[in-house]
Amino acid sequence: MGESHRPKGFKRLRGLPVVGRAADWGMGPHAVSKNTKTAGSRIAGLKATESVCPYCAVGCGQIVYTRDGELVDIEGNPNSPINQGTLCPKGSASRQLIQQPGRLTKVKYRRPGGTEWEELDLETAMDMIAERVIRAREDHWQTHDEHGWKVDRTMGFAHLGGATLDNEENYLIKKFFSAMGAVQIENQARI
Amino acid sequence: MVWIQGSGMAEAHPVGFRWVMKAKERGAKIIHVDPHYSRTSALADLYAPIRAGSDIAFLGGLIHHIIETDAYFKDYVVNYTNAATIVNEEFKDTEDLEGYFSGYDPETGTYDRSSWMYEGGEVASAAGQREHSTQAFSDRTGAGMMMGNVESDETLQHPRCVFQLLKKHYARYTPEMVEQVCGIPRETFLEIADTLIANSGRERTGMLVYAVGWTQHSTGVQMIRGGAIVQLLLGNVGRPGGGVMAMRGHASIQGSSDIPTLYELLPGYLPMPRAREGEVTLQDYVDRGGSARGWWANFDKYIVSLCKAWFGDNATPENDFGFPWLPKISGNHSHFTTMMRAMDGGLDGLFVMGQNPAVGSQHSGLQRRALGHLKWLVVRDLADLETARFWKDSQEVKGGEIRTEDIQTEVFLMPAAGHVEKEGHFTNTQRLLQWRDKALDPPGDARSELHFMHHLAKRVLAHYAGSTDDKDWPLRNLHWDYSEHGQHAEPNAEDVLREINGYEVATGRHLSGFTELEADGTTACGCWIYSGCFADGVNQTRRRNPGNLDDPEGGWVSPEWAWAWPANRRILYNRASADPDGKPWSERKKYVWWDEEEGKWTGYDVPDFPAPKRPDYKAADDAVGMDAISGDDPFMMMADGRAWLYSPSGLLDGPMPTHYEPFESPVDNLLYPKVPANPAALVWDRNDNPLNPPRDPRYPVVASTFRLTEHHTAGPMSRNLPWLAELQPEMFAEIDPMLAAKRGIEDGGWMCIVTERAEIEARAKVTHRVRPLEIAGRTVHQISLPWHWGSHTTSEQGVTGDTTNDLIALSGDPNVSIEDKAFSCNVRAGRRHNSSTARLAHAVDNELKLSGDHGAEEPEKAGQRGDSQHPPELEDE
Repeated sequence: MGESHRPKGFKRLRGLPVVGRAADWGMGPHAVSKNTKTAGSRIAGLKATESVCPYCAVGCGQIVYTRDGELVDIEGNPNSPINQGTLCPKGSASRQLIQQPGRLTKVKYRRPGGTEWEELDLETAMDMIAERVIRAREDHWQTHDEHGWKVDRTMGFAHLGGATLDNEENYLIKKFFSAMGAVQIENQARI
Repeated sequence: MVWIQGSGMAEAHPVGFRWVMKAKERGAKIIHVDPHYSRTSALADLYAPIRAGSDIAFLGGLIHHIIETDAYFKDYVVNYTNAATIVNEEFKDTEDLEGYFSGYDPETGTYDRSSWMYEGGEVASAAGQREHSTQAFSDRTGAGMMMGNVESDETLQHPRCVFQLLKKHYARYTPEMVEQVCGIPRETFLEIADTLIANSGRERTGMLVYAVGWTQHSTGVQMIRGGAIVQLLLGNVGRPGGGVMAMRGHASIQGSSDIPTLYELLPGYLPMPRAREGEVTLQDYVDRGGSARGWWANFDKYIVSLCKAWFGDNATPENDFGFPWLPKISGNHSHFTTMMRAMDGGLDGLFVMGQNPAVGSQHSGLQRRALGHLKWLVVRDLADLETARFWKDSQEVKGGEIRTEDIQTEVFLMPAAGHVEKEGHFTNTQRLLQWRDKALDPPGDARSELHFMHHLAKRVLAHYAGSTDDKDWPLRNLHWDYSEHGQHAEPNAEDVLREINGYEVATGRHLSGFTELEADGTTACGCWIYSGCFADGVNQTRRRNPGNLDDPEGGWVSPEWAWAWPANRRILYNRASADPDGKPWSERKKYVWWDEEEGKWTGYDVPDFPAPKRPDYKAADDAVGMDAISGDDPFMMMADGRAWLYSPSGLLDGPMPTHYEPFESPVDNLLYPKVPANPAALVWDRNDNPLNPPRDPRYPVVASTFRLTEHHTAGPMSRNLPWLAELQPEMFAEIDPMLAAKRGIEDGGWMCIVTERAEIEARAKVTHRVRPLEIAGRTVHQISLPWHWGSHTTSEQGVTGDTTNDLIALSGDPNVSIEDKAFSCNVRAGRRHNSSTARLAHAVDNELKLSGDHGAEEPEKAGQRGDSQHPPELEDE
């Protein structure tokens, strides 16, 4: 889209007496340095993958550029009929979301009464969480509620979150936690 | 025409707003009504400032004006809405009962809605019946199926027809009243009303855009109903350029409602089973949730197919497909109620995935304290955040009110994969399911939530494999068959999507859509409204052909870009874009129409109507299912096929929107002086949730919140990012020059904002963007607060600041338990001296009490509160 419009707009600018000359001085081919001419495209040779912006719910298309599995940049997808290549400041900064300072790569653990984070092996953490969720389910199981009505549920644990996750992920959360009998399952849509 | 109210669209959804600007270039009028003059207002043709929380008075004013000036779209209103339907004579309006509808019970603060029904029949709302979130089940409050034939008067003259009830209900919502209640000069109001009218009708349509500026009120659902009524009167629903557009705030907040991580719903807006006396059988659930007439007659197919997806071959007709083992809800298990259970020591564990309640939830100081009463907390996110480290350096810990060593909560902070490091799909705000391909691996031990849930489930299912206990039936029989790939055994996201789409049990064939679903166990489907997203075994959400946007046949709505629920339909109820005979209302607004030669509905979109149903088909009085929907009844999800100007069922706080003040308001209710706030709304009446008393002179200022383009919600996705942190570095408050002068607050200087819950500090932005309003003869000041800051950042270039939600009380709209973000406060110059929630410390009477299961503490209803205190008269601000 952008490509097809640009020459037209640029031509129109050049047609104007003062702006046209300014365009030649500042923006035309004369302004391009030797370095720029030889540098080539920043995205040449990179792998492009189509994605969707993770911030608001407009759903702008993104193109994710990687080199050897490393993220190089994220740009708006010109093919998307939603954003036609544009992104807002947040979408434009989404490379930094992935490569942000302080990005977690290890499980952090805080023991009861602890004053500092400790590190945990992922498998150990998964085992510990499974043990705790089973215990919470059992300790707070209700076959009947206080009215004597059948409820078949646990009130021992709750879940919060989902509006930034994928539908597949939410589906597994709802399916599995419901099978465990949990009813306190909530997300940002309530807020 | 684009009418934006309850939304700062340019700020919060900037790329969506680009299309509003495109429309403006083509001559569309843009209207913005908002407490806060913003980037959206600056680009609008018409802007009106409004007192936060008074929107229903404004909307009622529009309804009044449209009816009084005879400006409604008559053919649309008579044929497509319930305007002509006659309501039974037991119904009493707020005009009759000084601010209450008939059926109000002051003891429980709830309505018995039986008197709101049509004459001659009962009707079910679109999503089956709803109950008050704290109301015990009562057959009287449920809507049931529509029986008999309801009475109607197409001349709209019958005194009990919906149209006349509407006219009476809004008779006092005059332009003068709007001016008094909202602070909008009557000339401005009339200019907006007349612009809406001039841009609606056969030849023109207008759309309404709202967001959480409407949902987050104790009357939030009724505000949106008010907007829908205006749009229906103007004929702006189901037509191109029309509609009520909810601008949702997160990438998949629509998806997480459709496939809900919400307590009262199952996938596809099926209600969670609710406990009642005796067993809740499948038949009982279907009888109560379905409807004999209209689309919801298919209800049984959807729940049975869901049970088949969950329990596979173990779901049989003999065991009611496993339905009896599903957990049952009883009362309110929403986020706030659950956190109060935690506060009271009744909740052991909490999973938080991609959310930051320590900053983003109302009364966040209390939320943080509640986290310290859990036995364990699992947080999954990209980086450390306030919710995970509440024990380390929260306001309360830094202020010395809580000692880290005393907090016994065990915390697991799990590294999560980012959006480009996994595959899956989001559902955007227009119901579009868009697939993301995976571009790279997540770093280190970071994993997707899909991986986490799958591997947690495998561990737990292995634990229960040998159990013989009946309560473990759902775990023993859970259908959990997802293939794994890669070195980390990542489950295959497309396997999950196939299950969501649904399949024929015998052959595994992917279903082409929900019309293939059966109630006999031969089909499985994880979310009926998403059925068709994997039709023909092809991931339809991954389609990427935008088409030619300039050509209505090929691409006005890009039908081959991704996939929209339901059935790839881009505009809902689009049968209403044609007249009762099936012809477009006008050539200019042509969209879906009846093709007599082909004998079917056709157009630029997938018709939202049974394709072969003739426009002149008349349903027999005793018809059931879709046969009960006539060919000129476009709103087929409703039992009567009509859009509702009046809601005989479905809402808990009234059949028509009514103006009530926010819980915390410095202003009386001018329309119903005896009923200040929504009498059915939820209040958590606890010492640690103190409210600013209404009209208390200590809290004379109205406050509300807004979003900035450069930050995202509670901040973890933006405050750590150097570019965004640099663009919006500090928490600030917008305040008008008159109030600033009175309090000695300087532009750029520090100021504090105070409520009963907290005191926070912010940089003052002294600006005319917020302006004092004349409300009933006195000046009321408003301040506007962004709410993205919290106490922690992971980055040297990141930013921190005080948390706006520390200020706000827990309260709830009765229909959805969402809070009231219009509140009262005071402001002063200078910085705070204590922690932001220090004033809460004396109110928390069970600090770190860890034993004892108190059970769910239910919120109370407004009517139960004895508001007998009469605060002193306010001085004129």
